[in-house]
Amino acid sequence: MIQGRIHSFESLGAVDGPGIRFVIFMQGCSLQCKYCQNRDTWDLHGGKEYTVEEIVEKVLKYKNYIQPDGGVTISGGEPMLQLTFLIELLKALKKEGFHTAVDTSGSFSLTDKIKEVIDLTDLFLLDIKCINNAKCIELTGVSNEKELQFAHYLSSIKKTMWVRQVLVPGYTDDESDLKELKKFISSLSSVEKVEILPYHDLGKFKWQELDLSYPLEGIRTANTEDVKRAKRLLDIN
Amino acid sequence: MEFKQWDGFDKSGEWTKEIDVRGFIQANYTPYEGDDSFLADATERTKKLWDKVLKLYEKERENGVLDVDTKTPSGVDRYEAGYLDKDLEQIVGFQTDAPLKRAIMPNGGIKIVEKSCESYGYHVDEEVNYIYNNLRRTHNDGVFAVYTPDIRAARSSHLITGLPDGYGRGRIIGDYRRVALYGVDVLIAEKKQELDILNVDEFTEEVIREREEIHDQIVALEDLKKMATKYGFDISVPAQNAKEAIQWLYFAYLGAVKDQNGAAMSLGRTSTFLDIYIERDMKIGSLTEEEAQELMDHFVMKLRMIRFLRAPEYNELFSGDPVWVTESVGGMGVDGRTLVTKNSYRMLHTLTTLGPAPEPNLTVLWSKNLPEGFKKFTSKISIQTSSIQYENDDLMRVTLGDDYGIACCVSAMKIGKQMQFFGARANLAKTLLYAINGGRDEKTGKQITPKFAPITSEYLDYEEVMDKFDNMMEYVAKIYIKALNAIHYMHDKYSYEALEMALHDKEILRTMACGIAGLSVVADSLSAIKYAKVKVIRDETGLAYDYEIEGDFPKYGNDDDRVDQIAVDIVKTFLRKLQKHQTYRNSKHTLSILTITSNVVYGKATGNTPDGRRAGEPFGPGANPLHGRDTNGAVAVMNTIAKLPYEYSEDGISYTFSITPGTLGKNLETQEKNLVSLLDGYFKQTGHHINVNVFDRALLEDAMEHPEKYPQLTVRVSGYAVNFIKLTREQQLDVIHRTIQEKF
Repeated sequence: MIQGRIHSFESLGAVDGPGIRFVIFMQGCSLQCKYCQNRDTWDLHGGKEYTVEEIVEKVLKYKNYIQPDGGVTISGGEPMLQLTFLIELLKALKKEGFHTAVDTSGSFSLTDKIKEVIDLTDLFLLDIKCINNAKCIELTGVSNEKELQFAHYLSSIKKTMWVRQVLVPGYTDDESDLKELKKFISSLSSVEKVEILPYHDLGKFKWQELDLSYPLEGIRTANTEDVKRAKRLLDIN
Repeated sequence: MEFKQWDGFDKSGEWTKEIDVRGFIQANYTPYEGDDSFLADATERTKKLWDKVLKLYEKERENGVLDVDTKTPSGVDRYEAGYLDKDLEQIVGFQTDAPLKRAIMPNGGIKIVEKSCESYGYHVDEEVNYIYNNLRRTHNDGVFAVYTPDIRAARSSHLITGLPDGYGRGRIIGDYRRVALYGVDVLIAEKKQELDILNVDEFTEEVIREREEIHDQIVALEDLKKMATKYGFDISVPAQNAKEAIQWLYFAYLGAVKDQNGAAMSLGRTSTFLDIYIERDMKIGSLTEEEAQELMDHFVMKLRMIRFLRAPEYNELFSGDPVWVTESVGGMGVDGRTLVTKNSYRMLHTLTTLGPAPEPNLTVLWSKNLPEGFKKFTSKISIQTSSIQYENDDLMRVTLGDDYGIACCVSAMKIGKQMQFFGARANLAKTLLYAINGGRDEKTGKQITPKFAPITSEYLDYEEVMDKFDNMMEYVAKIYIKALNAIHYMHDKYSYEALEMALHDKEILRTMACGIAGLSVVADSLSAIKYAKVKVIRDETGLAYDYEIEGDFPKYGNDDDRVDQIAVDIVKTFLRKLQKHQTYRNSKHTLSILTITSNVVYGKATGNTPDGRRAGEPFGPGANPLHGRDTNGAVAVMNTIAKLPYEYSEDGISYTFSITPGTLGKNLETQEKNLVSLLDGYFKQTGHHINVNVFDRALLEDAMEHPEKYPQLTVRVSGYAVNFIKLTREQQLDVIHRTIQEKF
């Protein structure tokens, strides 16, 4: 039976998709975002193994809270790294009638399997790391080319997405970049929501626990004013 | 019966023929399914008056009390009328002759009164002192006259703790609505008929006691009329409009709080009852929405100004200055109509017009069928004020019908038809330690219970521990009921709640409301013993004083049946053990899992436990997990707590839930919706009670440092709301450290 590597579960998710959500944090990530708040999810061999049935059984215990407005959000780590498992999990959740959301960077080539995941998912929480490619590479170690393609594909098949931008002062808050991001978003047809996630350093201790130096040491966290400004530039509420 | 004051009411049913407030409500109320857009703001008069109250609060905080009358033992009619500002006050009446001036109530115990006075720099009048020390026995003295050595030992070692043997038991709700609907004379006539029923051939002790009680009830009702007369009102007849209905009802409640310093003096379920009068006035054009809100605001202001004189130790146990003026709002009728009316909104709206406050203790009776508009409204007020608690109407309506109310925090009772003998709680965490140590106290080494065989093995064996724990629970249950029987016998004898009981039927259900403290500590300890290895550390006398845990174990609060089932079994087992013992007045044994904030005090009195909790650390409040033990989020905690069987814990199961606004959603609208989903889910899951706090940790930390900036900051703790700045520093830290659900 296929098993997936899971970092942890959160029974009260209220900010990762609509309604009350059961959040599954999958283990493993291929990006190296400097602001990562879940550094402990990177290791591909960490976490604990669960079968699809075990997870569905867990989710069912929370049915009374997450229906009718909420659902299940699969986050991480990067859920798309465990594709076969993810597909089975999404199928099983769908069978039980749950709304599903996948929280991903979208940095993947559009293979058949990826397209299958897209078909099975109700909502994508798409993290645009940085619209400025040079900065994106500096911040995450990877180019943003694939994730922008991914977004265009979602748009082309009218798949609902929430676009998210982590606002890191000095990295992702440049006026021209944000304007560029706005332009990009307006080129997409199925964006339901745009969210600004202010950078915070509450995940710093996780780096320290792993004896790693914190890459954004000295960078200030984003405040309400920063968020207001970014929202103004993106023309969102 | 016929009164002109009833013109315009639907008289169908029995309510005009006999005392039947529920019948009156059912025949006359107007369910409201709309939203909050009809509500009016505070009037100028209200703002001025509230400003005066706030100024008095400020003065009161300087010394802890504003003033004390040390001469006049309080009673329903012992004081002249008192006013704050006669021209502004729409609803009048204070406990003494001045606002916030506290009365002495020595029937409960003169020593406590002396101690309370002295701690604020006052001295009890010499004559009063003489009388109560030499001529008149008090409840407190009565109890200690009969306490046995085993009860005393269990009490002083904190095995059984918080007992109402030195303070008023409270938790009795008079049906204060009766005074407004019928006027006092009808109630007196009814009581006289009851006396007649008790004119029987077999003049037994029971009959004699009951006749004496009803005699006292009639005297109390006469006193109530006299007290109202001093304020210029004749309440012998029914109230004829909304203003009078509120005033009459308040007088009835005021009589009760003049007479008794009970641990909880709850109001009942009055908003929808009052709505009927307001609707009638509005129909004839004699009342506007602004005026209706003003009446409710002034009523609530009075409720916020109820004060008792209590010793600082009491405040430490109960957090600040609580009265538990609990008002139950909402719920559904058995016929399927909602009991939400516009006045349910007005009552909750006082948290906006007057700002947040712990009193009255506003309790929303939640049903999945409540109107959506009302669900959204309560959710919004919760997020803005953290001043509401919620209880499961769908669960309670099954056995209690649709005219029950909550006494104190979570104790449901049919209004006017049921009362309880409040029994504080047994410390089951300590019971477990005594089981391991053969009844010796883990801190002092003293033998508290008879000598049981202690456990002597290096590692704890689950079966052996369970066996010994079972025996120790058996012993604790026995001592516990003995103590409670003594307490309530003496309370009835020396400090009978004549007025509150006058507002009850003759035949009532009495419950013996026992309680459990330390449930999650016991569950985790037993789980550690079962699923990990627990090594015992003993001193040279063989006393186990610490434990080493090897390996991991399932922890209560994570929706893990392996440990949650242990908690469920303990609740069932302990109630069954209590049921083996005969109770005073054949009261029905019930159980609660509620600690208010005394989880801090109980924790202080309890040594290291086998779950790894260190000596002196607070227990989880109520049915909460120990803080930090829940790692799967708040909904998992909810599922764990919802497993505890209400049928075995009918006196209530309390859960305190705290969350930061950002964790609940990104904007107010989402937060409101999400909170509704959480409440719907928790109650469908058969959870009983939940306190909802929505605030940032940073805000509380700031309030600790700068209390002057937060005079009205309200925080909900296990069944009750407290003014945060009135908590001790220890309690403040407990509130902050308690799992505030924060996600990042």
